[in-house]
Amino acid sequence: MSTREVDVREVNTREAAAGRTPVAAGTGHELTYVYAVGRDDSALRRTVGRLSGVEGHGLRLIDAEGLVALVSTVPSDVFGERALRVLLEDLTALEAIARAHHGVVDAAFAETVVLPLRLATVYSDDSRVVAMLTEERRRFEELLAGLDGHVELGVKVYADPGAAEPAADPPRPAAASAPPSGPGRAYLAQRRARRRRTEDLYRAAGDIAAEATAVAGELARARAVHRPQQGELAGRAGENLTNEAYLVAVGEVDRFRERVGALSRRAPGVHVEVTGPWAPYSFATPDTTGDEVGS
Amino acid sequence: MTSGPLQTAGFQDTEPLAGPPVALIDLLDRLLTGGAVLTGDLVLSVADVDLVHINLRAVIRSITEDAPAPWATVPTGDGPAPEPT
Repeated sequence: MSTREVDVREVNTREAAAGRTPVAAGTGHELTYVYAVGRDDSALRRTVGRLSGVEGHGLRLIDAEGLVALVSTVPSDVFGERALRVLLEDLTALEAIARAHHGVVDAAFAETVVLPLRLATVYSDDSRVVAMLTEERRRFEELLAGLDGHVELGVKVYADPGAAEPAADPPRPAAASAPPSGPGRAYLAQRRARRRRTEDLYRAAGDIAAEATAVAGELARARAVHRPQQGELAGRAGENLTNEAYLVAVGEVDRFRERVGALSRRAPGVHVEVTGPWAPYSFATPDTTGDEVGS
Repeated sequence: MTSGPLQTAGFQDTEPLAGPPVALIDLLDRLLTGGAVLTGDLVLSVADVDLVHINLRAVIRSITEDAPAPWATVPTGDGPAPEPT
């Protein structure tokens, strides 16, 4: 993710250049929120009837030239440019929208291959969506064909110094048993030992991460690299060292989980977590599918 | 607008299905940096804005932008100098 800060005015200028008035908050008209693009088949029609989307809005399909977009009609005072900016900066709202978006993508993907769109992709009306589908038809069809029969699996490697501590670090009467060196000396020795353990742990974790990449690469068709997870949401104990996604044929999923997951038992304090199956979020752009692995 | 009968994706619902819920951070990795990015006639896309990165980065990401392989820079604790092994 780049850090460039886009000025609202810049976006508005682009809108204006496209011959349109920027959508203002609170004007009360309707917009079209797009979750995913797929082929026009009955599977997606079933999904539409069963689910609701962001903020409980109903789902429908917009079709054009054999492709469909899975969309909701949303109000501009919530999903217009300015309102959405504010909304997405609130973690609670962001989570609600993210989970609703994912719920739709996931349910659709359970039925048939779809191309998930990035969160909060909003068009000013259906005709813009039709234009987009028509314009991008060839690219979408190629992507859908390539993703068909595959799922995305996540692989994260963690180093957890806490878990790597020897369980029974001999309950050191050390300071007492080494009178000539004194407590200061013992303290330094202890710290040196801890540092060495940490170095060993990170070395082991690095080796295991490399092996995870190799093993996963054998079983996957493509690989995408995400940034290691940090911050309050990262949750899990330990430091996340690698955060990768793999495009795996449905028939290989069990083997992938088993072989990559087994690396978790390789060294104390090093965890390998496999997440998914996911809809192919990380492989929905040509850039990432370009990173083919294996054959 | 009335929503579907099952409300599976309705965010206000209690967790509808068995199985552990997807971790939000895994979801945000995919929804904010993955997914097809469209250009053209968008009203707004997160791809355009990076607003989440700007204002929620303390929650979602560390402040440091580049993330070198962490094991290449083993934490050295607070010792005064690296020790020979």
